[in-house]
Amino acid sequence: MKVRVIVTLKNGVLDPQGRAIHHALEGLGFAGVNDVRAGRVIELDVADATSDESLDEMCRKLLANMVIENYRIEKAA
Amino acid sequence: MAFTSAVITFPGSNCDRDMAVAVEQVCGGTVHRVWHGDADLPEGLDFIALPGGFSYGDYLRSGAMAARSPVMQAVVRAAERGVAVLGVCNGFQVLTEAGLLPGALMRNAGIRFVCRDVKLTVENAQSLFTAGYSAGQQITIPVAHHDGNYFADDQTLDRIEGEGRVAFRYAEQVNGSARQIAGVLNDRGNVLGMMPHPERMIETAQGGTDGRALFESVVRGLVNA
Repeated sequence: MKVRVIVTLKNGVLDPQGRAIHHALEGLGFAGVNDVRAGRVIELDVADATSDESLDEMCRKLLANMVIENYRIEKAA
Repeated sequence: MAFTSAVITFPGSNCDRDMAVAVEQVCGGTVHRVWHGDADLPEGLDFIALPGGFSYGDYLRSGAMAARSPVMQAVVRAAERGVAVLGVCNGFQVLTEAGLLPGALMRNAGIRFVCRDVKLTVENAQSLFTAGYSAGQQITIPVAHHDGNYFADDQTLDRIEGEGRVAFRYAEQVNGSARQIAGVLNDRGNVLGMMPHPERMIETAQGGTDGRALFESVVRGLVNA
């Protein structure tokens, strides 16, 4: 089973990388970009029997740092 | 009783030797060098130091992989027993990732790697690690990091400030850290994490000796305890 974990910074957490990307986009002449937030996508190939609880635990224990990040799990159809 | 300490080396640590030299010269006693894959620590440790560097290439997040390595399970248990633990730079990142200290260390607000001497203010001069300084004292210690921007939510920041757990604060803007926090203690006071490198300021040839008092404090605190 292919699983995609999307890790994003929590609201209110300053994102220097997103800000640098924002500046770079403006530097390239793209107008109207209001904000940029950078995150991370982690693709997993797991056994079909892997439970949602287990995936959740993987995210909380390692893939995301719950102090600063949120995560979302998407299963490939 | 001879002072017994351990310096942990992760793959990618690069300040482990400097740390071992500082501990040996200032604290004396026996300094064990411990590899990250070891599941057990030497017996009878008084002090454990997690050095700076780029453990596991900073993969995923700085300190994230090291915090889940076998030796860190033993370090967490030792810290819970009351063994003194110091994490410097990457060691601080590992301690937050391991849940031994609150907050997280994010990319520097200015994006750039910062490598220079900085002025710090000693906020709490009564802890195991800082008793050799005086409150409000200004010291100079070098930093060298990309991810030193300390973050915690306001509630956590208020709590650690109220409990005197901010050990050091930057006396100048360095990396965007919340409330200029440079070093944090755990609730019990036996774990300190800090981004600046005290082990790089222990003899005049290094440009200053402001880091010595930290290691002297630990020895004095533990030997008298």
